[in-house]
Amino acid sequence: MNDTLLKKHFNLYSEQLKSRRLWNILIFTIFVLSFFISSSIIDFNLSKIIEGFPRLGDYIVKILPNIDYNLIFENSKTEGSIKYWYFNFKKYAALLYETFNMAILSTLMGFIFALLLSFLSAKNITPNIYSYHLVKRFLEFLRGVPEIIFAILFVWALGVGPLAGIIAITIHTTGALGKLFSEVHENADLKTCEAIRSHGGNWASEMRYGIIPKVLPNIISYALLRFEINIRASTVIGFVGAGGIGQELYLVINFNYYEEVSAIILLIVLTVITIDILSGRIRQKVIGEMGD
Amino acid sequence: MTEKDVISLCPKAFQPFWRRSPIVFIGYIIAILYFLFCLHYFDFTLGKIFSGLSNMKPILVAMFTWSDFFNWNFNSIFTGLAQTLGMAFLGTFLASLVCIPISFLASRQIFKLGLIRFLIKRFLDIIRGVDILIWAIIYVRAFGLGPFAGLLSIFTVDVGTLGKLFSEAADNADTRQIEGMQSTGASKISVIRYGLIPQIFPIFISQSLYFFESNTRSAVILGVVGAGGIGLQLTERMKAQYWDQTLFIIILILIMVAIIDSVSRSIRKKIIDG
Repeated sequence: MNDTLLKKHFNLYSEQLKSRRLWNILIFTIFVLSFFISSSIIDFNLSKIIEGFPRLGDYIVKILPNIDYNLIFENSKTEGSIKYWYFNFKKYAALLYETFNMAILSTLMGFIFALLLSFLSAKNITPNIYSYHLVKRFLEFLRGVPEIIFAILFVWALGVGPLAGIIAITIHTTGALGKLFSEVHENADLKTCEAIRSHGGNWASEMRYGIIPKVLPNIISYALLRFEINIRASTVIGFVGAGGIGQELYLVINFNYYEEVSAIILLIVLTVITIDILSGRIRQKVIGEMGD
Repeated sequence: MTEKDVISLCPKAFQPFWRRSPIVFIGYIIAILYFLFCLHYFDFTLGKIFSGLSNMKPILVAMFTWSDFFNWNFNSIFTGLAQTLGMAFLGTFLASLVCIPISFLASRQIFKLGLIRFLIKRFLDIIRGVDILIWAIIYVRAFGLGPFAGLLSIFTVDVGTLGKLFSEAADNADTRQIEGMQSTGASKISVIRYGLIPQIFPIFISQSLYFFESNTRSAVILGVVGAGGIGLQLTERMKAQYWDQTLFIIILILIMVAIIDSVSRSIRKKIIDG
């Protein structure tokens, strides 16, 4: 290699390095600028944190139960026992069950609607291109608006209660699952559909016998994943009065029933984690059993 | 080939559904029964839905009749939008900064001590188990109404999630580079700096961007419990029954989320492609 070539490569390399450095400096400045702009917008400063954290600590100490280890298994009249902490356990259990059912019902209904709409919004199997665009935009709208906003609307229309929450979560689930399902359909192999068409099958039977058997494992696992998300959603959708345990949690937080706050939050966390683990197991099984 | 021959080729496929896969069939039956039970449990009837929807009608009409458009309080609306973006940005940014050292502590390759890893991972699990809205109410109680509580709740939840994702990325990093550094007798800090960071930094950045994207969505709803941002403006207007402004804000939110999505997606693509 002669000298000039070496020099040329060296120059090229240093130029690249320089432009890269420029980029890094630019990105860094953008980050710093947006950091300061956002801090000024939301009034973020250290003194506020220093001022607030003792109060946060106080609050957490207040909501934690006052458990005395000598009296832990006493009855609900003695302060310091678990039964005293969970004196309202029957009510919580009923509300948790309601929350669970809200998630089940809205996942199932959303699943059905999403499955029906997903055939129209998958590019490769849609009957015509206008319905494709129309349904796709519609699904985007359904999942773009947060479910709690829908819930506020339906609480206005249907009154306080789990029905509003169910419909709100169903709408959001339809949007989210519809998109995922149509993506699954778009990746499906169309040879079976062609075979059915060549035998004189119509569009509906193409979908029923050509697409559904192929995509079912994926679809079910997405629905289970959505069920996990909906369990979380239905625990908090009660904050706006749409039923479930969230309504009770909002109440006890606002009325300052301190120990009940931690009791309910602990129950919610345990439920969410349990259902996550169970549904993860089932998903693995579904993919394994029906995938081959 | 007659029909019988075809059937004898694969007899199972031509049996009725319940005999072909009884477990799946029973599963379907249980699902349908439970579905019906739930409908009964919530007293979910079509009549109720339709009467509710007829209650919706005046709301929908009010949503689409925009009266007095030029006298709306645009100042508060756009401040709300800016607050939402600021909350999402700062929350994600600070959480990413905090999560980088956490992920090194929770990474199998750098620290061989199992106990610290276990404790950190369970701690992150607990943080993630509590929903962002619950954090928001707790912070609103401690710090008062406003976007600051929203920022803290986004930060908290993101530490839980990003910490997990970052530590998984650090766990999955190529061991050869790290072993090479260790074999030269490099200190722990330079192993991290030259063995680990170059591998995982692009993943960190693209995950942080992805979370910024999803946090703009969560920041919208935080206002519902009083944690500032556009959600607060939205719920205030819904409470006051200004349905036309409600629809306007919802449209603005959708536009903002779409813009953030497309920008962050293109940046992520660039980073991953190098």
